[in-house]
Amino acid sequence: MYRIIERRMIVPNLHEFIVEAPAVAESVKPGNFVIVRPDDAGERIPLSVADWDASAGTVTSIFMQVGGSTAKLARLKPGAAVPTFAGPLGKETEIGAFGTVLCVGGCYGIGSIYPIARALKEAGNTVITLLEARSSYLLYWEDKLAAVSDKLIIVTRDGTKGAKGHIDRIPELLQRAGAVPDRVIVNGCTFQLMRTAEITKPLGWKTIVNMNPIMIDGTGMCGVCRLSVAGKMKFACVDGPDFDGHEIDWDEFLARRKTYNPEEVDPLRRSSCRSHF
Amino acid sequence: MSEEKKEKKRLDLKRRSMPKQDEHERVKNFDEVALGYPVETAIEEARRCLQCKKPLCNQGCPVGIDIPGFIKFIVEGNFSAAVKRIKETNALPAICGRVCPQEEQCEKMCVLHNKKAPICIGRLERFVADWEAAQGKAEAPAMAAKTGRKVAVVGAGPAGITVANDLALLGHEVTIYEALHECGGVLLYGIPEFRLPKAIVRREVDYVRSLGVKIVTDFVVGKTRTVDKLLEEFDAMFVGSGAGLPWFMEIPGENLNGVFSANEYLTRVNLMRGFRFPEFDTPVKRPSRVAVVGGGNVAMDSARTAVRLGADEVHLVYRRSKAELPARAEEVENAEEEGVIFDLLTLPIGLIGDEHGWLRELECLRMELGEPDASGRRKPIPVKGSNFRVPFEALVMAIGNGPNPLIPMTTPGLTLNKKGGIQTEEATGQTSRPDIWAGGDIVRGAATVISAMGDGRVAAAAIHRYLLGK
Ligand SMILES: Cc1cc2nc3c(=O)[nH]c(=O)nc-3n(C[C@H](O)[C@H](O)[C@H](O)COP(=O)(O)OP(=O)(O)OC[C@H]3O[C@@H](n4cnc5c(N)ncnc54)[C@H](O)[C@@H]3O)c2cc1C
Ligand code: SF4
Repeated sequence: MYRIIERRMIVPNLHEFIVEAPAVAESVKPGNFVIVRPDDAGERIPLSVADWDASAGTVTSIFMQVGGSTAKLARLKPGAAVPTFAGPLGKETEIGAFGTVLCVGGCYGIGSIYPIARALKEAGNTVITLLEARSSYLLYWEDKLAAVSDKLIIVTRDGTKGAKGHIDRIPELLQRAGAVPDRVIVNGCTFQLMRTAEITKPLGWKTIVNMNPIMIDGTGMCGVCRLSVAGKMKFACVDGPDFDGHEIDWDEFLARRKTYNPEEVDPLRRSSCRSHF
Repeated sequence: MSEEKKEKKRLDLKRRSMPKQDEHERVKNFDEVALGYPVETAIEEARRCLQCKKPLCNQGCPVGIDIPGFIKFIVEGNFSAAVKRIKETNALPAICGRVCPQEEQCEKMCVLHNKKAPICIGRLERFVADWEAAQGKAEAPAMAAKTGRKVAVVGAGPAGITVANDLALLGHEVTIYEALHECGGVLLYGIPEFRLPKAIVRREVDYVRSLGVKIVTDFVVGKTRTVDKLLEEFDAMFVGSGAGLPWFMEIPGENLNGVFSANEYLTRVNLMRGFRFPEFDTPVKRPSRVAVVGGGNVAMDSARTAVRLGADEVHLVYRRSKAELPARAEEVENAEEEGVIFDLLTLPIGLIGDEHGWLRELECLRMELGEPDASGRRKPIPVKGSNFRVPFEALVMAIGNGPNPLIPMTTPGLTLNKKGGIQTEEATGQTSRPDIWAGGDIVRGAATVISAMGDGRVAAAAIHRYLLGK
């Protein structure tokens, strides 16, 4: 069992989740994920790692409550424990001296982009971090990210903070900052990953996306996380989760993400009120 | 009448059948299909054994069980002696008795095989193992004095469990590292409950634990900690990480929704207990028309699982003919009884989906058999222009698995074999690294439970010699 040090909602529907897992904390790298099972009847679900403390033996993730399993996680209190917390899994994000790197984070990815930005900064890059949210109240960790970035750009859909609009404004905002990235790294929901890749493709900016498919074992055994990259079948858990965003078959990926929506997400959306979905 | 003819007359050529759950009932549940011999039947079957002076059956067993020896004890009603005799060379008889391809091994070598009535060795092995379990506590084995040597075992499949068992008995301190949250490897996540009840797997794992073996789950060697880092704490290591990398056919449409690897399909149902969704959280699809591609045990298990999940029609699509099906004969028979439709000499060439990315149809070619190929089986050749399409909502790819690459990828100095698995010296299981041994599917590619155990046994002996010399 792995003890939960913290589990709190940091912004609506997003939870910070800190778990005692010394062996994972000892080996984890930016871009890795863990597989968590909320209880003995629970599913194995992947969570991106957002931070860790090797000396305290703790690992931090940010998760969004979507289906039944994340709902279970969201009910756990500090001091409780989860039966499975396996990792670190997946290849780490490639960290090099690229020059200028644009780190894009949204949703839970605001958390998981943090160790990536930190490592890029340590490796001597100019780090521009761009956070996107529907509204200012959905932003978190701005201070942490500002501390490891040369520039922090914020975009909100409703304009309550930073620039108004969404991810499509990236080229214009970067131009305004006078920067051309040598590499773009995106962590966040599938739509944001895809949209960013679409925007950067005509600009020829190399774009790495941290993919988030359904998984079971996370070690290459089940193959549920497969996707097409440059026309080849890849397993996100062992070949990724980072891939070149310009090579991904997004339609296929989006369809695969929804495989179990009828079983997992839809039941939770229904309320007893008939006019609701 | 010659002496020989008289002898023949006395031969009992009636293989005793094993009671099974009725096929109409069993398709509605996940309980074990084969029910095991009652005592009288076991003794009758054991009496058929000729107690050959120079028995051949032993030679067919990859771990060399003294087969006539344990059978003789059954005839005498001394079941505890029978189990003991088996356990001298096989730590997991309740499992092997259920899943070994006996018709290819011990029973094939039995002298009564050419009379088409070999002794039902597997059923007898299962009988005594179950008899022992029913007595409650198994007799504690003699354990050697502690040696103070430490061995790490990667993977809690049959290979790893065997190594841990043997080395613990020899007094070494053993720790098993297992990637999943439960032990057993394929025995747990692959082979379904209706063929190998998970209680049996758990019993065997608990037994190994009772020998003082430490088991660490959720630990992915190579990721959580590397092999080299672990070896700083251990004197030797055994890698039994299995063939956990599912193959696909590389035909169009394999990433459509509704297409599963057999590993995914079976893991959802077995390890994650998806057949009890929503009591257990992992969902599993219950489509009405399911195709399973392949002809081995994995394919049979997938097809029979689909039947139990309520499919109206389950087709097994296999490119050769029935004679070449690599699955155990007993399981082919079970699948047929349960209504699985065999589309033989059929090659899938593409999967067609709808606008939402869900599988709708499977396109196939008919095949005919040509000359024997390298494997000795007649090579299937596509019949030109024989394309046809069949509607399916789900398809399970059960065409095999490659060796799990995680350890080779993260461990420098490990030489690989042609299959992409870890290269070992056959007589010892030693790898190109002097303090690392390997066995089971990570070496052989997808093989059998008993060969994984056999490898484990060989490696354990070699590791023991190495540790004594250290
Ligand atoms: C559906 C199915 C049905 C089968 N039916 C039969 C049958 O009827 N008869 C028969 O003889 N054989 C059968 N087989 C084959 C048989 O199960 C295998 O040959 C056998 O289990 C191999 O044993 P193993 O110990 O080498 O590996 P596995 O059983 O695969 O065990 C390997 C273990 O290692 C773990 N692992 C992998 N990587 C790591 C890592 N990096 N760190 C830690 N742990 C790790 C895995 O999680 C797993 O638990 C079947 C296989 C399948 C898939
Ligand atoms: S272990 Fe397998 S091969 Fe050996 S005697 Fe038993 S059934 Fe036959």
